Amino acid sequence: MNAAMPNLLPAYAEIVLLVMACVILLVDLFLEDAQRWVTYVLSLLTLAACAFVTAGLGAISEPVYTFNNMFVSDVMANVLKLVTYVSVAAGMVYSRDYLADRGLFRGEYFSLALFATLGMMVMISANHFLSLYIGLELLSLSLYAMVALNRDSAQSTEAAMKYFVLGALASGLLLYGMSMIYGATGSLDISTVSRTLEMTSANRTVLVFGLVFVVSGLAFKLGVVPFHMWIPDVYEGAPSAVTLFIATAPKLAAFAMAMRLLVSALLALAVDWQQMLVLLSVLSMALGNLAAIAQSNIKRMLAYSTISHMGFLLLGLLSGVVGGNWLSAADAYSASMFYAIVYVLTTLAAFGMVLLLSRKGFEAEKIEDFRGLNRRSPWFAFIMLITMFSLAGVPPTVGFYAKLAVLQATIGAGQVWLAVVAVMFSLVGAFYYLRIIKLMYFDDPADNAVAISPRGDMGVLLSVNGLALLALGILPEQLLKLCLFAIKTL
Amino acid sequence: MTHHVPWLSLAIWLPIVAGVVVLASGSEKNAREARVIAFIGALAGFLVTLPLFAEFDIGTSAMQFVEDAPWIERYNIRYHLGVDGIAMPFLLLNSFITVLVVLAGWDVIQSRVSQYMASFLIMSGLMNGVFASLDALLFYVFFEATLIPMYIVIGVWGGPNRVYAAVKFFLYTLLGSLLMLVAFLYLYNKAGGSFDILDFHRLPLGMGAQTALFVAFLLSFAVKVPMWPVHTWLPDAHVEAPTGGSAVLAAIMLKLGAYGFVRFSLPILPDASHALSGFMITLSLIAVVYIGLVALVQTDMKKLIAYSSISHMGFVTLGFFIFNAYGVEGALVQMISHGFISAAMFLCVGVMYDRMHSRMIADYGGVANTMPKFAAFMMLFAMANCGLPATSGFVGEFMVIMGAMKFNFWIAFLSATTLIFGAAYTLWMYKRVIFGEVANAEVAALKDINAREFVILGLLAAMVLWIGLHPAPLTDIMHASVNDLLKHVAQSKL
Repeated sequence: MNAAMPNLLPAYAEIVLLVMACVILLVDLFLEDAQRWVTYVLSLLTLAACAFVTAGLGAISEPVYTFNNMFVSDVMANVLKLVTYVSVAAGMVYSRDYLADRGLFRGEYFSLALFATLGMMVMISANHFLSLYIGLELLSLSLYAMVALNRDSAQSTEAAMKYFVLGALASGLLLYGMSMIYGATGSLDISTVSRTLEMTSANRTVLVFGLVFVVSGLAFKLGVVPFHMWIPDVYEGAPSAVTLFIATAPKLAAFAMAMRLLVSALLALAVDWQQMLVLLSVLSMALGNLAAIAQSNIKRMLAYSTISHMGFLLLGLLSGVVGGNWLSAADAYSASMFYAIVYVLTTLAAFGMVLLLSRKGFEAEKIEDFRGLNRRSPWFAFIMLITMFSLAGVPPTVGFYAKLAVLQATIGAGQVWLAVVAVMFSLVGAFYYLRIIKLMYFDDPADNAVAISPRGDMGVLLSVNGLALLALGILPEQLLKLCLFAIKTL
Repeated sequence: MTHHVPWLSLAIWLPIVAGVVVLASGSEKNAREARVIAFIGALAGFLVTLPLFAEFDIGTSAMQFVEDAPWIERYNIRYHLGVDGIAMPFLLLNSFITVLVVLAGWDVIQSRVSQYMASFLIMSGLMNGVFASLDALLFYVFFEATLIPMYIVIGVWGGPNRVYAAVKFFLYTLLGSLLMLVAFLYLYNKAGGSFDILDFHRLPLGMGAQTALFVAFLLSFAVKVPMWPVHTWLPDAHVEAPTGGSAVLAAIMLKLGAYGFVRFSLPILPDASHALSGFMITLSLIAVVYIGLVALVQTDMKKLIAYSSISHMGFVTLGFFIFNAYGVEGALVQMISHGFISAAMFLCVGVMYDRMHSRMIADYGGVANTMPKFAAFMMLFAMANCGLPATSGFVGEFMVIMGAMKFNFWIAFLSATTLIFGAAYTLWMYKRVIFGEVANAEVAALKDINAREFVILGLLAAMVLWIGLHPAPLTDIMHASVNDLLKHVAQSKL
């Protein structure tokens, strides 16, 4: 019996996180409510430690496989993980007061968030259908529980229920698709599947059938039309702090999942899945942008905006292979990766603002709550201004380069019509982002509006987050290059 | 010729930095500091554009004061600046108008002063960037970024219907520019991964592609100019914008669209430009004649001047699409001249509005009795607006009509009707507002312009007369570049 120790080095960050999540769970048992900050600080320190480990691994540009090729550490994984840590940590800082005001500032939130993060990391690093699925389930189960964190709220419970039922269905679809592909290729290992598809002629009918299910499962996780139904309800029903969590980092994991499944494993079927993505992308941009206009709840509006952004993200993924040649594939996929990262950073700031405006006994859920923000706090109105323009893709914010990158990929692939459709829908999108700016700058605040006074750390971090959108908009070079490098070394 | 001082970068970034400083300095309490810093910033911004004029070499059509550095290497986007004889005058015009606008808002703007001043300074820098960019994407970034401060200026300090106007302005303009972005990306791929505008000029393109690109550019620039029938945002925006906003909008922002035609449409797409010239001329003539008539029936002074702007800009697009030196040069002179005249007209209305809080012609009458100095200034600008010889308004229009005459008599004939309609709507308005008996007690109580207003209007009057009497320095600057442009347009790319 060969029980050789696997190479643990590529998975150090995951191990640290797992151990610390368990430790935090235990420590929290012995804490009084007044000492809950210990959990908070420990969680942040854990993420910092993971970031340190991952950054150390980042020096290796060749992919390193371990656990019998089930797990891979490559540049893309490390970059995405780093952004995930940043996003989760920022989410914790933004949420602290919000959670405390609602009696939710408890160990559960932090341990669930850390386990969800672990799930995302496994998804990002998966090189095997099963490890991918395990990561996905760990993430999903943690998220279901987080949505229902406020257990006395009927709305949250309903949202969690919906999320759970639909999520389970999607997981089922994904598993079913994977089993088909296993049937056709005889392997669950992503590298092997890819090799088998290139060399032999596997049963195409079964493969394409499986592919449809895989893409459906994927579409659900990304939240693109017609698998988007859960998004508005979950975003609205979950406590805002949890909405922030769901809306940000998991999208990175979903992007990684798309890359692993579609590109690393099923690139040979690109012609088939690209067609599917075209449909998903156009529908998402259309429905997301049009439905967002009608919303009066900011969380629902951002939910539809997410749907449209995911449609945009797909534009890069579907432009990789043109007429059987994938010379420009790295360009296109790196554009999507850039888009995903920019989307996460921007959404983080947007939900951070929602949390900033909420206070004890008051949920800043209505778009109207942004009314007159420029009078109450010119600085944070400015941060929100940058955020909204970044979401709308107006230069000089970084959102523009995200749109530019995917549009360039689309046009480079010869699909000019798709680019025209995309920009027309982003014009529609600009309308509802402008409405927020209009409320902040052109209208007077409501009579009972109180002054904005965030905790110091939150104020600083939110400012840094907003300014980063502007700074990256002026100098996007490094991040663009990093994404390209990550995809090239895949 | 070597230039060690990056004048163009200074012209772009100095106002922007000043704007940020103003923004940072500003709270409601120290509005005075904000005004002073803004004025210093605007003045410095103007001073750094003077070397562009002084050191400009009129003998060449090549780009001058070139700065070129990699910016985003991933997409080969370069920080590539440079001006030729077509672009250079606009930087001066822009920086000059910004100084006046800061002065004009001195007493009038009392709420959120630092944000107001900062918006104009930042906008000024961005618009300089538009005129100086030689990289299409850099151009696009500046072009789009100007929307943000203008949106805020109209929406925050505008009139009662400001929100509608601001949103309409933003969305109309964004519609066009997004298509332009797609066009740029298409050209980028065709050019083998370069956003350099000069590379685009040399790029061979088939007729189908040229036509599609022309339409994309047309939608973008036509909205900005604005040409009939996509002009409807302009009267709304002008009426609702504060005085300074209207002045900048009319004087500079409209020119961005027209500039786009000469920088992109004509040289990159010569065949499509020729093929569609009939269409463009028709649209231009509709703007000149029909919009001129529309201006005649306006009861709101700002709306009247807004329609008059559209009509005058029709002359500009007409001049471009008759493809001869008189036409193009005349159009460019008209752009500069309209920059001064429209700014002056809006500032004149602003002077009255500050005192009476009405823009309606019917509320006025006999202003000359109480504001004689003001009446004299406005007389000059009104005359310039209808194209009286010896004012700058005459030079451009006359050159365009000359060019049109060479091209086709009837086009020249129709365009020349502007001399009648322009005179009709401008002078009729002038008569109703300024002359006659003192209409009401409010007019009787009017005070004449103060020293600050005198300086603003005086400077504009000087410019209008200077270009009117001695346009040679301006046309000399443009000459080489215009000839080069016409050479490009004459060369088929098929």
